Amino acid sequence: MEYEVVVGLEVHAQLATRTKMFCGCPVRFGERPNSLVCPICLGLPGVLPVVNESAYHMSLRTAVALGCELASFTKFDRKNYYYPDLPKNYQISQYDLPFAEGGSVPISTPGGEKSIRLVRVHMEEDAGKLVHTPLGSLVDLNRAGTPLMEIVSEPDLSSPEEARSYLEELKRMLEYLEVCDCNMEEGSLRCDANLSVRPVGQKELGVKTEIKNMNSFSGVEKALTYEAGRQIRTLVAGGVIEQATLLWHEDREETSVMRTKEHAHDYRYFPEPDLSPIVLDAKKVEQIRGELPELPRTRWQRFQADYDLSEYDAEVLIRDRALADYFEDLAGRVGQGKLAANWVTNQVSAVLNERKIPVAECPVSSDRLSELLLRVDSGDLSKGMAGKVFDSMLGSDASLDQLIEKLGGGQISDPDTLRPLVEEVFGEQAKIVEDIRGGKDKAKNALFGKVMGKTRGRGNPEVVRGLIEELLASGS
Amino acid sequence: MSDFHCWAADRIAGAVGSGEVTAETVARHFLERIDRLDDKVGAFLQVDTQGAIEQARAVDRDIAAGKPPGPMSGVPVGIKDNICTRGLPTTCASRILEGFVSPYDAEVVKRLRDAGAVILGKLNLDEFAMGSSCENSGLGRTVNPWDPDRVPGGSSGGSAAAVAAGLATITLGSDTGGSIRQPAALCGVVGLKPTYGRVSRFGLIAFASSLDQIGPFAMDISGVALTLSVLAGEDPQDSTCIAASVPDYLGTLEGSLEGKKIGIPREYFEFEMHAGISQCVERAAQVYRDLGVEVVEVPMPHTKHAIATYYLVANAEASSNLARYDGVHYGHRNQEAKELVEMSCRSRSEGFGDEVQRRIMLGTFALSSGYYDAYYLRALKVRQLIRQDFDAAFEQVDALLCPTSPIPAFRMGEKVEDPMQMYLCDIMTAPASLAGVPAISVPCGFVEEEGRSLPVGLHLVSRPFEEETLLGIARAFEVRYEGSGRMPAEVL
Ligand SMILES: [Zn+2]
Repeated sequence: MEYEVVVGLEVHAQLATRTKMFCGCPVRFGERPNSLVCPICLGLPGVLPVVNESAYHMSLRTAVALGCELASFTKFDRKNYYYPDLPKNYQISQYDLPFAEGGSVPISTPGGEKSIRLVRVHMEEDAGKLVHTPLGSLVDLNRAGTPLMEIVSEPDLSSPEEARSYLEELKRMLEYLEVCDCNMEEGSLRCDANLSVRPVGQKELGVKTEIKNMNSFSGVEKALTYEAGRQIRTLVAGGVIEQATLLWHEDREETSVMRTKEHAHDYRYFPEPDLSPIVLDAKKVEQIRGELPELPRTRWQRFQADYDLSEYDAEVLIRDRALADYFEDLAGRVGQGKLAANWVTNQVSAVLNERKIPVAECPVSSDRLSELLLRVDSGDLSKGMAGKVFDSMLGSDASLDQLIEKLGGGQISDPDTLRPLVEEVFGEQAKIVEDIRGGKDKAKNALFGKVMGKTRGRGNPEVVRGLIEELLASGS
Repeated sequence: MSDFHCWAADRIAGAVGSGEVTAETVARHFLERIDRLDDKVGAFLQVDTQGAIEQARAVDRDIAAGKPPGPMSGVPVGIKDNICTRGLPTTCASRILEGFVSPYDAEVVKRLRDAGAVILGKLNLDEFAMGSSCENSGLGRTVNPWDPDRVPGGSSGGSAAAVAAGLATITLGSDTGGSIRQPAALCGVVGLKPTYGRVSRFGLIAFASSLDQIGPFAMDISGVALTLSVLAGEDPQDSTCIAASVPDYLGTLEGSLEGKKIGIPREYFEFEMHAGISQCVERAAQVYRDLGVEVVEVPMPHTKHAIATYYLVANAEASSNLARYDGVHYGHRNQEAKELVEMSCRSRSEGFGDEVQRRIMLGTFALSSGYYDAYYLRALKVRQLIRQDFDAAFEQVDALLCPTSPIPAFRMGEKVEDPMQMYLCDIMTAPASLAGVPAISVPCGFVEEEGRSLPVGLHLVSRPFEEETLLGIARAFEVRYEGSGRMPAEVL
């Protein structure tokens, strides 16, 4: 029997706000433990939460971009459970009236574009974290109260690869929207998965397991591949799948059971009495819609159409919004999309990767690079020379002409400048000319080499070859 | 010897503000009384002698330097111990928070300090404000100044007793289902529960967040009016605190009652009630009729469901609000437990008293999967019906009138073993809490019990954010009631 995999993802995205969800503490990663706290996020007696306006704004922006239906009335709820990293022993979240429902994320699959439907998007606060030491467990509440957005997909994903594409697409969207840093290592983007398998053709879903603790995109793909395999093997062997929550162990590349269905929590959700419900402001939504940036998928399609780029090149360019902006600016200045794309995906990307710097810190601005590419396009500089000039641009602010001069000048394409040199070589190398005329075609290369030698490599190869042919033909 | 404890708050503020007396003299007078009398009354859990004198001196310095005096300059106040005060323990009268010192002042405390008030100390209550007699305090025993064998009421028993015994001019309490009004009635003082959202709850340790509201106690209406002017108004730290303008409650007290109508909710008088109390309330109604106010009966058909609704909503919220006291971050921690769950369970079992544990369990049950719809959700729906009762009544009348408590102060221990009897103490007050409307208890007479005179409270309720009307109506009665300002002989 053949089985198919059914996956739904729950993504927790940390909103890129300056301050926490319900208090004024700054949101920052990697600070001294318990240094970014106040009575509110410590859950001290008597404190009250106040909704971070900017977190709500970013959430709305995301939901609008995802095409969600926005609730005209939304409220917060308390999710009650005991855990030492949760200072109030309840989490302020949203239960039955999330601020957004529906919407979708388009992904590319080998079979073409596929739309992954969303169930809902809601806002909530993050917990702190526990640090286990030989002396005991310590609580760090710097992260407690950080604003989160939970994006829940329908079980529309049919493979671990699709799950990964979905995550990549979503990540790009959140980055384009500037609502999340999307750093899985630092935990600003987290993902839990629900996975089940069923015989191909069967309508009902199989029993699902929930997988937690996946800390990278490749980790998600590996964990889902592992779990799908485990479920299929279990069924093939005549076993049954038990509903459970599993933990993925990246090091061992396997899962372990965290809790089974019998130990499922009763979260005793109820409306958060400390916060008034939020009524949707239609004007605000219109303003947000008007301010939305072009989304990565639209841009990807436009790059292919407008600049005649391959899917792959367009994809490499749009992965990073700043890189795509750099490219578009460059392409506009040079007027040659493909040339610009080549340089951005090769030389520029290499520098960024090597130095591990963001596009904004690239030592060669798109403006400066455009001057160089214009010379390449006009034939004033050879590709090889342009590469050398680019390299020297990385370490110098000198003008393009100065740099070219320093490297021995630009390419010589003017036939009137080159002709006397070719004539000189014809005079000096009569024997070779003789041989060529006698039918030894290959000797043309020797002639060409001599001419290029005289130009110290700066002669435009095409022009030089043209002049050689011209002189041979003239028979002089 | 002076009689500052018989002075109204505005009189003290006026005298201190004009330099006629110093805040320090007033503070010392009260500290001396507390020192002499509070062993018997037991209103205070914590007296901040040094801090009070320092605050008083600071007020005096500012006034001597010509700074404009605050509206409560030198007024000695006591704070219920579920309201956070920086530098002084805030315990909720619970062993689980014994010794806990809040790093911040509640918004109301900040406003009192800014107004020049002098904070004398922290007052006893039923643990986490759960109770109607103050007997559930885990840290102290407060008696009724009118009869030391009887309870002061609760949960703000310490706040009511302190004012009744002249140990503070103003005290703050909190009211969830009657916790200001019922002890005010039992101790013969004025107690006001403002509209939900009128006063910031920031720094009030939550019992039931959708019901809790801070309010003042005083010997007379002018005291609560002055204090409300200081406390009321928007607070960006409390999303449920409404941005409505704050009138000068003291300045508008003496308005005319012309054209006003008062409603008597029939259903409230169907409950079992002490005969002397219904006579007092009837006399009060007659005072209004004599003033030309039209007094009519109004139906409040859902009243009988109020107690059940109140205890479901309040306990459900409490079960969540009190979850944070787990021994992990602050407060009492069991030292013998070997692992986390055991540590939290034992810390909570040792730290919380029986009544608090009972309510946490009831509330947890009401929110549990499978029971939520039948209990909590249904309670929310009935709460809505009760609100509609008030809306309908207020279309006809400007205020409602009934007793604050169907019984006078009861003997210590009389109801401790019977929680249901204790819960019925809220029968007159809980509906207004569920509706979020403002209500006040005003002394309106005495009943004789076993040779003792015990005070009776008149309960007046009005429309949301119309405290001005409520106080005006209450004031009209106060000036015509011969027992106003009477204090128990033992403490004079
Ligand atoms: Zn904070």
